[in-house]
Amino acid sequence: MTVHNDESIEEHESHHHIVSPRIYITILLALLVGTAVTVWASYVDLGEWHILPGITLFWNPVVALAIAATKMILVVLFFMHVKYSTKLTKLTVGAGIFTFIVLVGMTLSDYMTRAWGRW
Amino acid sequence: MSDSQVVSNDVVVHGAEAGVQHEHLPYQRHHFETYAQQNDATNFAMWLFLLTEIMFFGGLFTAYLIYRNWYYPAFVQASHQLQIFWGTANTAVLITSSFTMAMGVWCAEMKKKSALVLCLTLTFVLGLVFLGIKFIEYKEKYDKNHIPGFHYSMQSFLNPQSDPEVYNEYHDKPLSFDMARHTELYFFLYFAMTGMHALHMIIGIAILGYMIFRAQAGAYTTGHVTFVENFGLYWHFVDIIWIYLFPLLYLISRH
Repeated sequence: MTVHNDESIEEHESHHHIVSPRIYITILLALLVGTAVTVWASYVDLGEWHILPGITLFWNPVVALAIAATKMILVVLFFMHVKYSTKLTKLTVGAGIFTFIVLVGMTLSDYMTRAWGRW
Repeated sequence: MSDSQVVSNDVVVHGAEAGVQHEHLPYQRHHFETYAQQNDATNFAMWLFLLTEIMFFGGLFTAYLIYRNWYYPAFVQASHQLQIFWGTANTAVLITSSFTMAMGVWCAEMKKKSALVLCLTLTFVLGLVFLGIKFIEYKEKYDKNHIPGFHYSMQSFLNPQSDPEVYNEYHDKPLSFDMARHTELYFFLYFAMTGMHALHMIIGIAILGYMIFRAQAGAYTTGHVTFVENFGLYWHFVDIIWIYLFPLLYLISRH
């Protein structure tokens, strides 16, 4: 029984990955740089892209959201340890993001196509 | 997640013969095979809770995106009322608090008690600074009658020159009455989203206060880091919500 106990502790030690402060500091700096870049980008007119008549894509919000997504991925992978987590955790996080995209994507595609061609 | 370390000696463990105790770490519940299994199960539960939170905030984000597309001019001009300076400052404060929280988890893992107390206290203080800045911003909305309700004022949007501070920066054209009405919707969503976020901060700060006392008593430096780890997940999640709120509410309507 004592042997079993030692094994479980060892298993725990090898399983539980401790992220070093150096990584945390790197991520902090990356997040602060990301914040500075997104504020700077908001002061610049990045223009627009006329995909089709009546449909225009503005680059400013696209860039702002892309930077936010990058920051989120850094927080999730390193601050929240998902990079070092079990497959179950990775799958759970993926499921969360997927469900969120379904929520936003399906709802917006409905609202934006209701008056398709009538604008 | 409970810190209780009471393990009754009378508990009959499966497979254990009479007189042979199934030994394990004092904080491991007897229904788990290993501590790693217990930690994984608790971690999974925390992530499931965060998924419900994603869907909860997801509804607010979706509403914001739909109305922003419908009443685009109103949303653009209303968002010009927010000060990018305060938004940026708060983003930096919150990101730094996430860092101190992550360091707190590291301190707990390395069993550094006083460093853990320091990290938790810093996170606590930075959380309060965030709320303080939020209060300054809310106060400004209150003074300008930009809080949705009976006293809501469309003055800044019907006659932008009456609001020189914002006008000098953006030179907004007056909105029609019909469109100006919808600025109230922007502020409704602004308060709903940042308010819900602030509520999460307040709950987090309250739990942090409790944790600082428990950490001083040495509760998290025994090798049992699950509580600190899972609270860290919550705190980082709240940070991520703000990472999206900041560009959506403050930044994307400048052009």
